[in-house]
Formats: sequence, C-alpha cells, structure tokens
Amino acid sequence: MSLTRDGIAYRVACDLPEGSYVNLGIGIPTLVSGYIPAGKDVFFHSENGILGMGGLAAPGKEDPDLINAGKQYVTLNPGASFFDHPTSFSMIRGGHINYAVLGALEVAANGDMANWRTPGEKVPGVGGAMDLAFGAENVLVTMTHVTNKGKPKILNKCTLPLTAPHCVKRIYTDMAVVDVTPEGLLLREFAPGLDPQAVQARTDAQLRVAPDCREMNLPAKFHVAQPAA
Amino acid sequence: MVDKTLATVKEAVAPVFDGAVILLGGFGDPGLPGQLLEALRLQGAKNLTVVHNGSGGGVHSLGGLIHDGKVKKLIASFPSNPGNQSFQEKYLKGEVELELVPQGTLAERIRAAGAGLGGFFTPTGAGTDLAAGKEARVIDGREMIFEKALHADFAFVRAHKGDRLGNLTYRMAMRNFNVPMCTAAKHVVAEIDELVPVGGIDPEDVHTPGIFVDHIVEIVRHPEYLKITTEGR
Repeated sequence: MSLTRDGIAYRVACDLPEGSYVNLGIGIPTLVSGYIPAGKDVFFHSENGILGMGGLAAPGKEDPDLINAGKQYVTLNPGASFFDHPTSFSMIRGGHINYAVLGALEVAANGDMANWRTPGEKVPGVGGAMDLAFGAENVLVTMTHVTNKGKPKILNKCTLPLTAPHCVKRIYTDMAVVDVTPEGLLLREFAPGLDPQAVQARTDAQLRVAPDCREMNLPAKFHVAQPAA
Repeated sequence: MVDKTLATVKEAVAPVFDGAVILLGGFGDPGLPGQLLEALRLQGAKNLTVVHNGSGGGVHSLGGLIHDGKVKKLIASFPSNPGNQSFQEKYLKGEVELELVPQGTLAERIRAAGAGLGGFFTPTGAGTDLAAGKEARVIDGREMIFEKALHADFAFVRAHKGDRLGNLTYRMAMRNFNVPMCTAAKHVVAEIDELVPVGGIDPEDVHTPGIFVDHIVEIVRHPEYLKITTEGR
C-alpha cells in the first residue's frame, strides 16, 4: 500500500500549525491548502505578492489581476494583503515564512535538496525555488518515494545540481514520513500495509527508525495499492 | 503645469535605442504592459537586454520581441515555461543569451539599483551552481554571495490608475516587479487602466510616487485585453 498524491498533501496539512505562514510549491504542495480544516488559520503566501490566498477561483469568477505563482486564478481569504516582489521575498529570505512545502527530485541524508534542474533539460529555470529553500524557516519536501523507473529519491548524496544545501527538515512521500536530523534520516511513519524494512528497501540512504515510529493513520480514500506515479 | 501623459504607446517607446537595457514589468498577465511591449516590437530597436521574470509567451508578448530577433540577452528567473517557444528556440540556437537569476535576487538587484546601492550579500544560491564567479563571504556564520545592483535605461510597467504627475496605484497582484522597476531605470513609462485627476488617488494608496515615473499612457482594458496576453509566460 501507499498514499495518493492527495494523501501526501493531507499528511502535510495535518502538521501545519494554526497561525503559520506557508508557501506552497507547484505539484503535490498545491493540494495541501485543500486539507486545512475550516476554522484553522493557516496563511498561504504566493511569491507574486499575496498573503492570505484562498483556493482556486471558480470558472467564470476569475479576476485577471489575481493569480498565484503558478499563474492559476485564485481567491482571497478575509485578512489578505498584497505587496511587491521585494517585500514578498523579504518574507521568504528573511525567514518569516514558517513553512515552504516544495516538490523535489532528490533529497540527501544531510538535507541537501535538488529540485530545479532535471536531467536532459535544455532550458534552465529557477524561479523562487532557491529563495524558498534557503530562506524559509522550515523546508518540507513532498515527493514520490522513488522515480517512475523505481529509483530511490532519498539518497546518500544528491546527483543533480543542488537547489540548496542542508535545507530540508522533513520529507513526506507516498511511503513514509522521514525527518532530517543532525544524526541522519529518521523514519517517523510508514504508509498503511508497509513496514520500516519495506521503506528502507526503497531508500538509498540509511534510515534510523524512531522509537515511536508508526503506521500512518489516514482515511482509506488516501490509500492506493500501488505507489503513486 | 506638469503633465506626464502621452497619447500613444508609440510615442512612449520612441526613445528606445539599439542595445538598451529594459526592465519589463509584470508577473504573468498582472502588471504586464502588453501594449507598450507590442509598440516596442514595432518600433524596431534591436540588441536589447530585457529583464523580466519569465521569457514571454506567444508573439503578442515578450515572446514576439524575441521571435523578431530584437533581444540579445534575457535576464530572468523562470524562462523555462514549456509554452515559451520563441525564447526556447532562440536560446537553443544560441541566438539569445540568458542570465538566470533566482526570483528574489532579481527583485532585490532591481530594488538595490533604485535605492542607490551597489549590491548586497544574500544566502540564496550560496554553494550552488548559481554562485559561480560570485564573491562569497561568511556573515554571522552564514555563507553569502554578492549580487550586483541591476540598472536599466528603460522600465515599462502596467499599473491600475495614474495621474498626470505620474503617481500610480496597482490592483491586486499587479504590483510584483513593477514597484522596484519604476525606481531603477533612467526612463520609466507606465501603461495604466485609468487616468484620474490629480488627487484622484488617495495619498495613502499611492504605491509608486510620481518622482519615479516619466510618462504614463492610458490603455483602457477591454474584453480582448486578456486574450491578447494570456499565453504561458
């Protein structure tokens, strides 16, 4: 068993505390905002100058001046604010954003993260990824545990160009929740039906198993028989 | 009487010369001066260096300027959007040079220029491929790299309302790079949705004070406006 993409996002949402300021990257991270329970104040930031962003705009209700960093039309929550790019990146680089939830291609045992250049890519683009990885108070990574060819993404050492060294605090995958600690990687949770050995078998780097390591407790709709592609 | 209004975008882009460095505002469509950009493409200046977050979409945006071979160099953070064919084709043929800059560093380099600073030290990029050739220094125990201020000859932005003194106010996510860009170029032109009388913008709501703006051109938005510029960038 493993988790769906939404299951990974749901699991991240469970960890975001009330009152936190959060930036969501493109991909699985964008799904996180849909799983914040009503009444829990979590403030979503967009690089292009929005704090207090709501969900996607309904068809026909789009405002041409209100998009997120992924160029999707979005809405605002009460108490939202607008600002320019230098202010927006002061929030990021200045450590005011408590959590950046980012997709990644590789994470190493020491917290190094690679997510901006793919193998074979011809035109590079970095966007706000480096500013977030260097600046946010906590960098959380969401990704599938292995590539679509079955190769582990949690490695002893990254092979792709780094986005930032030593930046990741916690990794959420379709198979596990893993913390990056000064002593190395610590397995905190595994997907329903798996065990620590099964997770280790799909992980290049050595995992220590937390004393309170447990099976994830998620609604059945987030379970799938095969790992998420 | 000071009057910074111009009647047409054609007049607004007339001073642009070959080899000019141009700050182009906007992030996606909000704040993108679509009509100034089209006028610039028709104006004919070439060997331009353009500073913009992305690389433009189709032919009615920055992509058009690149497609026409007017751009020598692009300074951008995210030129890799798959929809931006014009840039990608020219880049892969070696016909356009690219300086890739992290988004926050790009904004701050522009802000630094406008604020009269030589540059700044930032942690962003330290220890990565983008630190190559940059001065590094450990400050308060953290590795930082030096990033230089980014000055320009021209800045073209879009704002929501403006008055004849050049005061501007933006709407929602239009502010983005436009606020710092207006401070960092020798010659600044804003395309605006609505020209209002002096005093028509509450002083509390002026986001770009008129001191930074040389000219404004009113381009009323119409339903086709979005169709013109809504392409990946």
